[in-house]
Amino acid sequence: MDRNEITSLLQLEWRLDRRQKHAWGSMALYVVSTVYTCYLGVKQLSTVATWNALFWIIVLFAAFNALGRSFQREEGGRQIYLHTLAHPRNVVLARTLYNAGTMVALGAVSLAAYTLFIGDRVLGEADLGLFFCSVLLGSIGFACALTLIAAIAARAGSGLGLMAILGFPIVLPMLLATLRASKLALDGVAWSVAGNYLLAVLAIDVLAVALSAILFPYLWRD
Amino acid sequence: MKGLWWKVLATVLLLYVVIVGLRTPLGPAIVQTSVSRIAPGPAEVDVWGYGTHFQQEKLNAWLVNDSQRVCAANVVAVSDDHLRVSFDVPAGFRKSMTDLEVFDSFDGPVTRFGAFYTDGLGSGITEQPCGGGKWLNLAFAFPNRNILNESIRNLFFHVPMWFTMVMLMSIGVWKSIRVLRTNSLEDDRAASVAVQVGLVFGVLGLITGSLWARVTWETWWTSDPKLNGAAAGVLIYLAYLVLRGSVPEPAKRARLAAIYSIFAYSFMLLFFFVLPRLNDSLHPGNGGNPAFGQYDLDNRLRTVFYPACLGWILFGVWMYDLRNRLLRLQHRLSDANDQ
Repeated sequence: MDRNEITSLLQLEWRLDRRQKHAWGSMALYVVSTVYTCYLGVKQLSTVATWNALFWIIVLFAAFNALGRSFQREEGGRQIYLHTLAHPRNVVLARTLYNAGTMVALGAVSLAAYTLFIGDRVLGEADLGLFFCSVLLGSIGFACALTLIAAIAARAGSGLGLMAILGFPIVLPMLLATLRASKLALDGVAWSVAGNYLLAVLAIDVLAVALSAILFPYLWRD
Repeated sequence: MKGLWWKVLATVLLLYVVIVGLRTPLGPAIVQTSVSRIAPGPAEVDVWGYGTHFQQEKLNAWLVNDSQRVCAANVVAVSDDHLRVSFDVPAGFRKSMTDLEVFDSFDGPVTRFGAFYTDGLGSGITEQPCGGGKWLNLAFAFPNRNILNESIRNLFFHVPMWFTMVMLMSIGVWKSIRVLRTNSLEDDRAASVAVQVGLVFGVLGLITGSLWARVTWETWWTSDPKLNGAAAGVLIYLAYLVLRGSVPEPAKRARLAAIYSIFAYSFMLLFFFVLPRLNDSLHPGNGGNPAFGQYDLDNRLRTVFYPACLGWILFGVWMYDLRNRLLRLQHRLSDANDQ
C-alpha cells in the first residue's frame, strides 16, 4: 500500500470525473427523478417504517447505478496502461475510497431530495446523530462491498444486470442491518440498541475491503 | 477396491440414521390439558398424553409447585393417552406456575412443566406425600420436548445439510485458490461441481428448515438474522453460477469465477456464523438462544446426530466425486471425438 500512489490515483479519478460532468449529472438526475416518482405516488409519508424502507431502496438502486460504472472506463488498452503505472492493490483501494466519497455525496443528495419531497415529519422524534451515522455507514458500506463486484462484472463484459445479480446477496444482510439501525434511529432509540447493527455493517465493510485488496490483483493479471 | 471404505461407511451411516432416527419412539409426554389456569377449590382436568400408558397399574397424578406436592383426589384413565383427574387445589401456592406430574407403572413419572397458571398465591401449603414407586419402561427413546415433539428428528437432517454445504463450499474455495495459482481448468471444473452439489444441500437445508419452522414457529419463513443469512448464503452461490454462465471464454471464466468464489465463501461464513450472533434470533444457537448442544442435546440424540453429520458429509463428498469424474470423462470423450 503506497499512500502517494493512492493519492495520485484519487486525483486522477477526480479529474476524469470533472471532465465528464454528465456522469455526476446523470447520478443526481437518477436520484431526483426516482424521488419525484415516489412523490407522485405517495405525496407525503409520515409512517416511520415506510419512509425508512423507501429511502433505503432509493439509495440501494442509486448505489448499483453509480458503482456499476466505476470500472467501465478501463477497457482494452487503458487497463494495461494503468497496470504499468500503479499496483492493482492501490488501484482498488483508491477506487473504493473514491466510491465511498461518491456514495456519501449521493446519500446526502438522496436524503435532501427525499426530505424535500416526501417530507421530514418522521425526523421530528429521531435521534439525528444516529440516523446520519447510519446513512453515512450504509453509503460507505455499499461502496466497500460493491467495488470488487463492479470490477468482476466489468471484466465479465456484461454491464449492470450481472452487477446487480452478483452484488445483491452480498449487500442484502448489510442493507437489513442499516435498515434496522436507521429505523431505530428514527424511533429515537438509544445508541446502545442500534450499535450491534452498525457493528455488523462495519464487519462487512472490513471483510469486503480486505478481500478486494487480496483478490483484485488476480483480476487484473491476465 | 481401495478408497471404497468411506463410501461403504457413508451408506451404512445414513442407513443407520434413517432407520434409527425415524423408528426410535419418543419418550412419553403430556401434550395437552383441558384447563391452563387453576384456582383454589375443586378442579377437574382432562389430560392428553403422547406415547403414554395410562391404563397400566398404580396410576397417579399430582401437582408440583415450588417442590410442594398436592395429590389428585381422583384419577381415571379413559384410554392409554387420555386421563381425567380431579384435584382439590389448596390456597397458598408460592409460585405462579404449577407443574403437572402423572405416574404409571410403565412410563414412570411424566411431567408437564408450567402446566397451569396459578391463582390464590400465598406462603406455602401443607405438603402431601404422593408418588409412584417402581416403573418398567427402559426402552431407548428420544426426548419428547414441548413444541418440538416428533419434529426433533429433523435434527438429523436439517443441521447436517448445512454442515455438508459448508464442507463442499470449502472444497470449492480450495479448488478456486488453486485456480488462481495454476490457471488449471481441471480445478475450475472441480470448483464449480463442488458449488453445484453444495447448493443442492443448501436448498435442502432451507426446505427442511422451513418445514421445521412451520411445525415449531407456525410459519414457513420469518425475517430472522439466521434465516436471512442462510438465504443470502445460498443466493451468493446462485449468483456464482450466473457469473459462470455469462462468461464464454473458459480461461477468463475460471479466473473470474475463482475470484468471486473466494469472495462468496468468506461472506457465506460471515452470514452463517458471525452476523446471527450479533443480533437477536429465534434460531437455536444464536442471539442468546442456546443451541441443542448446550443443554438439551442429550446423549440419546447424540448417538444418531454425530453419525448423521459424518454420514451426510461423506455422502456429499461422494456426490461431488461422482459428478466430477463424470464431467472429466465427458470432457475426454469430446476431446477424443475432436481429434
